[in-house]
Amino acid sequence: MSEIAYDATVLIEHGIGLHARPSVKLTKLAKKFDAQIELAIEQDGPWIDAKSIVKVMAMKAPKGTLLHFRAKGRQAQIAIDTLVELVENNFYERGGKV
Amino acid sequence: MATMRGLKGVTASTGLAAGPLALIDVSRTVYIETGDQHSEVDNLSAAISAACLQITGLIDKADEEAAEILEFQVAMLEDEALSEPALVAIGEGVSAFAAWKSALDAQVREYQTADDAYFQARAADILDIRDRVLGILNGEGRRSFRPGSILVGSEFTPSRFLETDWSEGGAIVLAKGSPSSHVAMLARARGVPMITGLGNVDFTDHETALVDANKGELVLSPNEAMRSRFQSQLEQQERERLYAAEYLTRQAETPDGRTISVMVNVASPEDIEAIDIETCDGVGLMRSEFLFHGPGGLPDEEAQYQAYTKVLDWAGDKPVTIRTLDAGGDKPIDGLTVAEDNPFLGYRGIRLSLGNQDVFKVQLRALARAAPRGNLKVMLPMVTTPAEIERAKALLNECVEELERKGLPAQVPPLGIMVEVPAVAICPKRFAAAAFFSIGSNDLTQYVTASSRDSSLVADLGVASDPAVLSLIGNVVEQGGALGIDVSLCGDAGSDANLLPVLLDAGVETISVAPAALGRIKAAICQGTGN
Repeated sequence: MSEIAYDATVLIEHGIGLHARPSVKLTKLAKKFDAQIELAIEQDGPWIDAKSIVKVMAMKAPKGTLLHFRAKGRQAQIAIDTLVELVENNFYERGGKV
Repeated sequence: MATMRGLKGVTASTGLAAGPLALIDVSRTVYIETGDQHSEVDNLSAAISAACLQITGLIDKADEEAAEILEFQVAMLEDEALSEPALVAIGEGVSAFAAWKSALDAQVREYQTADDAYFQARAADILDIRDRVLGILNGEGRRSFRPGSILVGSEFTPSRFLETDWSEGGAIVLAKGSPSSHVAMLARARGVPMITGLGNVDFTDHETALVDANKGELVLSPNEAMRSRFQSQLEQQERERLYAAEYLTRQAETPDGRTISVMVNVASPEDIEAIDIETCDGVGLMRSEFLFHGPGGLPDEEAQYQAYTKVLDWAGDKPVTIRTLDAGGDKPIDGLTVAEDNPFLGYRGIRLSLGNQDVFKVQLRALARAAPRGNLKVMLPMVTTPAEIERAKALLNECVEELERKGLPAQVPPLGIMVEVPAVAICPKRFAAAAFFSIGSNDLTQYVTASSRDSSLVADLGVASDPAVLSLIGNVVEQGGALGIDVSLCGDAGSDANLLPVLLDAGVETISVAPAALGRIKAAICQGTGN
């Protein structure tokens, strides 16, 4: 990504980390935006496609991981804001199991 | 006929089953290659689409939890990143079958080597996806099993679980697998007995099996004596199931019109997956020892908070009584408990917690943070003197102040005690500082009768029906009533239908029992008899 439009960092507090259900929610949400969105667990990468559940799950990010987002494209800013809000709100789960 | 053989694994879902053995590992049929790369790509794409359709069809029939597992599988299948390595391999001349298998096997290995048990368990989901697509490529229909079969194999997949007819019983027994897999969650929710970690077993020549998943035991080719013994256990289970169906959702009420609260004992947050909150009046005892046996050593505040809030959220307005760490005695914990000659009379329960305040305060903070989420009560085990309540209360208040200073929502939950040390049961009045009394009949019995719980040689002496034990229970109920303190009972005596009428006569109005006993005990209360 040569021209980075927006980036953000957010802590996963969800009790179990980036598991199946949170990952489904995150990738589904990311797909709604007209933007190229990437995700990393280290500031200097590797960066992966936030719209790919296969790649998001492969990060095996446990609870307490700092997630880094970056995006470019028409809806880059709103995409980042919405994704950060999702993570900050514990993926809108209460006592989830999966 | 093969000779009888007994094997032991790990309980993933409790219950009993008897039936014919059925092998679940995929039968190897042959994929016919087209020899043309474009056709191979088309075959694979068509198989993936068909797999998505099949799984989507299952979602409609599944409950919420199963649906989430299936949605995850569909999301994985729809992601091009999953098939990409397979498409590359096809471009190099590999068949669609071999390309998909090796691409997905690589994914499976990725998950199997994860540090985290949750991610390891996802390997089974990938295998599920792999086998579904391979099966479609092979043109084989999904093989179904005779209802009531004992399914044995190395792994079992969530989607096959959902396709299996469990109406006539049956069980799952796996060589590998894990109690935290999606299949295990489904089995617990559906009440299908399941054993994991059996190891590799040669099932050749064996045709029938018995499964006692309560003990994690599998018996191959059982002999006549074994069968008939098992049959009576099965009948008992069936009776309990019938009672459960009839009484489970009713409010327990004695024939003379007393309402009895029947609560449930919970050993770990996973237990609640199989319990409908409508069938009980709350959680009378949630143990917290499970948290301290993980591979990561002592649990942090967050892990505890998550476990507690999971149960509180599930219970809604109903009370949830969580017992602070009851380590020591017969429950040692590495790095915390100490070896003693007489551990039941030693450094255990609240004694250990007050001596390890750093560990205790982590638990109290997690509890204080969880308190605003529901109707939480906190219970101290092995209390012997009133001073122990005061010290625990001071620590709890300290924790809440610390949390408030940090701006974290927290509140002081009611602090009650277990009544299991005779010193408390003899003089309950001294313990008026407790918000509630919960009689732990198991330990109370062993201490009153001086009969160790772990010695079978004195088991006939250590019984809760001993008049001295019953007299003390009556004393606690009476004095608790005079003090305006709620009294409940959470030991095994409450699940003993023969003792139940005696306990109710003594004035006990709240009991807490194992989840599996809920229906049976409610029936016994409503009928006013033992059964």
